[in-house]
Amino acid sequence: MKRIVIHEEYCIGCHLCEIHCLVQHSSSKDIIKAYRTERSHLMPRVMVEESGPISFALQCRQCEEPACIEACISGAMHRDERTGAVICDESKCVGCWMCIMVCPAGAIRQNLLGTRIASKCDLCYGADVPACVAHCPNEALTYEEIGEEGEA
Amino acid sequence: MRIVIIGNSATAVGAVESIRQHDQTAEVLIISEEPHMIYSRPLLSHYLAGEIDRSRLAYRGADFYIKHHVTAVLEDRVIAIEPDAHRVHTASGAEYTYDKLLIATGGQPIVPPTPGQGLEGVFTMTRLSDAERLLIYLRTHTVRHVVVVGGGMIGMKVTEALVKRGLGVTMVELAPLILSAALDRTASHMMTGLLQQGGVNIYTENSVAEIGAQDGHVAGVALKDGQVLPCDSVIFGVGVRPNADLARQAGLRVNRGIVVDEYMRTSAPDLYAAGDVAEAYDLVVDMNRTVAIWPNAYRQGAIAGAHMVGVSRPDKGGIAMNTVEAMGVPAMSIGYGNAPEGEYEVVADLDASRHTYRRLVLKENRLIGAILVGQIDRAGIYTGLIRNRIDISEHRRNLLSGHLSLLSLPDQYRKHVVRGVGIEV
Repeated sequence: MKRIVIHEEYCIGCHLCEIHCLVQHSSSKDIIKAYRTERSHLMPRVMVEESGPISFALQCRQCEEPACIEACISGAMHRDERTGAVICDESKCVGCWMCIMVCPAGAIRQNLLGTRIASKCDLCYGADVPACVAHCPNEALTYEEIGEEGEA
Repeated sequence: MRIVIIGNSATAVGAVESIRQHDQTAEVLIISEEPHMIYSRPLLSHYLAGEIDRSRLAYRGADFYIKHHVTAVLEDRVIAIEPDAHRVHTASGAEYTYDKLLIATGGQPIVPPTPGQGLEGVFTMTRLSDAERLLIYLRTHTVRHVVVVGGGMIGMKVTEALVKRGLGVTMVELAPLILSAALDRTASHMMTGLLQQGGVNIYTENSVAEIGAQDGHVAGVALKDGQVLPCDSVIFGVGVRPNADLARQAGLRVNRGIVVDEYMRTSAPDLYAAGDVAEAYDLVVDMNRTVAIWPNAYRQGAIAGAHMVGVSRPDKGGIAMNTVEAMGVPAMSIGYGNAPEGEYEVVADLDASRHTYRRLVLKENRLIGAILVGQIDRAGIYTGLIRNRIDISEHRRNLLSGHLSLLSLPDQYRKHVVRGVGIEV
């Protein structure tokens, strides 16, 4: 399956990935409407890690052996049959935070804005290219087919 | 080939999903004494709280057995295993032969012998039937106040659920501190304070000596120290003990739980055990022990399942961990978070006004435990460091400061994490 590959050396720390992630997961899919009316319950599923001059955008790493699926008590965290992506079925999530306790990348966050749910990247479910990759101005994120032996 | 699984919870699901990942031909048979489809026991407290309805207890879809070509024998109980003959016998008189057998019988609630424990209005809280019985009792009787016996994880989750239902709760704990198996003194005191703010009465270093009745159902309890507390129901949430009797009778090696190796093999050929019933390797304490938590149950089931169909995926070991909440404030205990100061290096910081606390335990520059209260963001980064026994000598300042970022990790390990677990660099 395709994964998002992080290129730390190209990240300029602009946070556009976070903005477009939020828009993509809004119901309007419109940046102005999303920020004006939907922002109260939305949060980006990608986060920019920054330390001095170094930065990179991080989202779910799509582990081969996902600790979040192992730990999920509700069955919300699962591997999508069609795309193979690890995603959280938000209608099943109860917000117990077991996934947050085990994700080694720290890529899952509490969304307490609406009903309590674990918020994570879903690779823009089924999209050809996830929004964060598509809108990265410096190709610091790419979407590539990499398997267990792949390099990137 | 026929694989028989005794049990129908996280371990069984882990095993089935792993079997079918590698093998489509083996016949798989699940035997469970409960009549239900696969449901999540840790969700029972959420169900009890009224946060979710019954349908959301389903841990996997209704088509799970069909999709994975599993035959489920429900409402029947295995009463004997013959390891030499590779055969199990059930209460209904049926017998099944197996090529591989997985014992995933979990645990059963511990109920300290207490006069009055058989009264109407006394409950345990492990199975769906327990929750259903309690909910019916709450509907059909006037219940205003409940005594919860046990201030560990189970007692805590039941208490939180009852408070959400608007019931008065008194918690009775034998130890001097609640959650003492998971938390240190400071974190325990924080949770105690939060529960008390929420109106929960807590009695520590105490126990229920007797349950009293009026008109045939619970009316109060007498504590060990002589106090008498009126109440309408008593719930035992002391803990669980491994359901290992079958294995013991079959002559397997059993301590507290069934002793297993890194493939979840027991002392008998073709016979595996996993989940709450198994005594598997814990990498933090560096010995085998029972740790009754959901993630271990699923993972061990998956390892056993793979090995049964010829795929060797040795277990690196589990660690104890859990999350709990008091009045909306979350707490996590990961690994040996409450290790004593003096014997281990401990870094702790407390912000009492914001209800946040962090305690990290190190041994020879490696993290072996963490306790987090209030602020739990990205806690899995700590868990990863513990599980992978990463030397953090050169990154101590950042990691211990509480600014939890992948940029604070050793380079090699960071690359490993960023690529995704199981995807090697």
